[in-house]
Amino acid sequence: MSALRTSGPARAGQYLALLAYLAFLALPFLWLVSTAFKPAPELASLHPTWIPKDPTLDNFRQAFDEQPLLRAAANSLLAAVSAALIAVLVATPLAYVTARHRGRLAGAATGWVVISQAFPFVLVIVPLFLVLKNLHLINSVAGLVLVYVVWSLPFALWMLMGYVRAVPAELEEAAAVDGAGRIRTLVSVTAPLLVPGVVATALFAFVTAWNEFFFALVLLKTPEKQTLPVVLTHFLGAEGVADLGPLAAAAFLATLPSLVVFGLLQRRITGGMLAGAVKS
Amino acid sequence: MSSVTTTKRPDRARTPRPAPRRRPRGPDLGAWFLVLPALLPILVLSVGPLLYGIALAFTDAQSGRTQATRWVGTLNFQDLLHDTLFWESFRIGAVWAVGVTVPQFLLALGLALLLDQNLRFRWLARALAIVPWAMPEVVVGIMWRLVYNPDAGILNETLRSLGLGEGHDWLSGLATALPAVIVVGVWAGMPQTTVALLAGLQNTPRELHEAAALDGAGAWRRFRAVTWPALRPVALAITALNLIWNFNSFALVYVLTNGGPGGRTRLPMLFAYEEAFRYGQFGYAAAMGCVMVAAVSVLIALSLVRRLKGDQDR
Repeated sequence: MSALRTSGPARAGQYLALLAYLAFLALPFLWLVSTAFKPAPELASLHPTWIPKDPTLDNFRQAFDEQPLLRAAANSLLAAVSAALIAVLVATPLAYVTARHRGRLAGAATGWVVISQAFPFVLVIVPLFLVLKNLHLINSVAGLVLVYVVWSLPFALWMLMGYVRAVPAELEEAAAVDGAGRIRTLVSVTAPLLVPGVVATALFAFVTAWNEFFFALVLLKTPEKQTLPVVLTHFLGAEGVADLGPLAAAAFLATLPSLVVFGLLQRRITGGMLAGAVKS
Repeated sequence: MSSVTTTKRPDRARTPRPAPRRRPRGPDLGAWFLVLPALLPILVLSVGPLLYGIALAFTDAQSGRTQATRWVGTLNFQDLLHDTLFWESFRIGAVWAVGVTVPQFLLALGLALLLDQNLRFRWLARALAIVPWAMPEVVVGIMWRLVYNPDAGILNETLRSLGLGEGHDWLSGLATALPAVIVVGVWAGMPQTTVALLAGLQNTPRELHEAAALDGAGAWRRFRAVTWPALRPVALAITALNLIWNFNSFALVYVLTNGGPGGRTRLPMLFAYEEAFRYGQFGYAAAMGCVMVAAVSVLIALSLVRRLKGDQDR
């Protein structure tokens, strides 16, 4: 390591650069939080400050009065939880088979993962809208869940295949030699080792669905069915300065679940969640 | 070329096994049973709509019409060819995609290199660096509207306090709107790129780094000779994906400007969305989708060709 020691001034430069990055990444979010806790007079002031002089929760109260946030959050939660559960439920077996049997199926699966990334939603959304309309699933959370499942499958498959490959096939073979049947091997040897990966994948699918906007905008028409991101856009429009507070408050609340989940996943994400995908 | 084919098809498939294996080679009936639950929704809601969408592009399908939909051949595409508004939107989409992807990559590369160093507070930086990734795009848009707000926004306030003029109405100005939304695009997409590059960096051989340093290679030469060759495949892959994602982006700009002012930020996705769901022109919107897919496919093909060429050069 000695050859790689960085000189003092260079190190200082590195810390400065890091500080600049963190400022760029964090300051807009801090401004959102600051706005959320500012009373109306301060929002209208000519010289807005970083720290609210007189912090208040009024904006949150007003936000809940103006828009049906609780119902929207419930819709979002229902859609995101169901989508995440169904996605890992159907993706895990597929990931297992494709990861274990290298062949035409694995090739087709990875090919589909790549192609689906290049889908412009616009080419899919019109036919999807028509298909769901025929199934009477427009303006229903169930229809949205279906779309989210399919939409999060490629990435879920990608992640899960990495986790399956991390479970040595020798373990399964050993269990088979010991006389365990195929199902028994899967249930008592493979499944327990896959649990952390499946949980991580489900959390990721949850955030993806919780944050999603485009499909929800197209597919949910009545306010009673709409999810949080769609309801948030109702705050927009010709907003006066006084409405910025509730807008910021609602936006801040809508972000919290995703932030919590990403906090849980943080080590996996920066510690090389994508490393397996990169290597293969 | 030969190296490419061998990596795709592992040798073990060809070499005869010493003993008969218990595990079958291809997927058997049981395997199909495991695959089916995922395959069905994919076929019905992903592959199916894609083909349906391509077919729709050759029809006059409209929303809420009572007459039957008819085949119109390439009429939609002929109309599209002369639709200057669409091509202007397409041009804006290209400017946006490149304008976001390039700075995104350069900034993310810098950040990934920093996070790969043994700096103090690295854990904090790594945690903070992925915050934009966790936020809903709608919230990112709302947040930057607050930053850009001409009266109550922190950007103008900072400019005023630094004596740099009275500030602008960034998102409504004809000249500033597109650059302003591009900055937001860069901000929102940096974490994914950083994480991917960081993962790539962790694959670079550290011993080579040390050896190069002992030989007296400076930081730049070490980067060129050791880090970059190892990082290149990841960098190319994530850049190609970023270009595609950015070209197809919707929510950010919908919230920030909704395509305004005067269509200056109307990305192709916003254009097609309005065509389909405001004006109900399903067939025409599908044709736009086809053109966008074609553009993206050409992009992927080009990047693949470049990659193959790079492999040959080595």
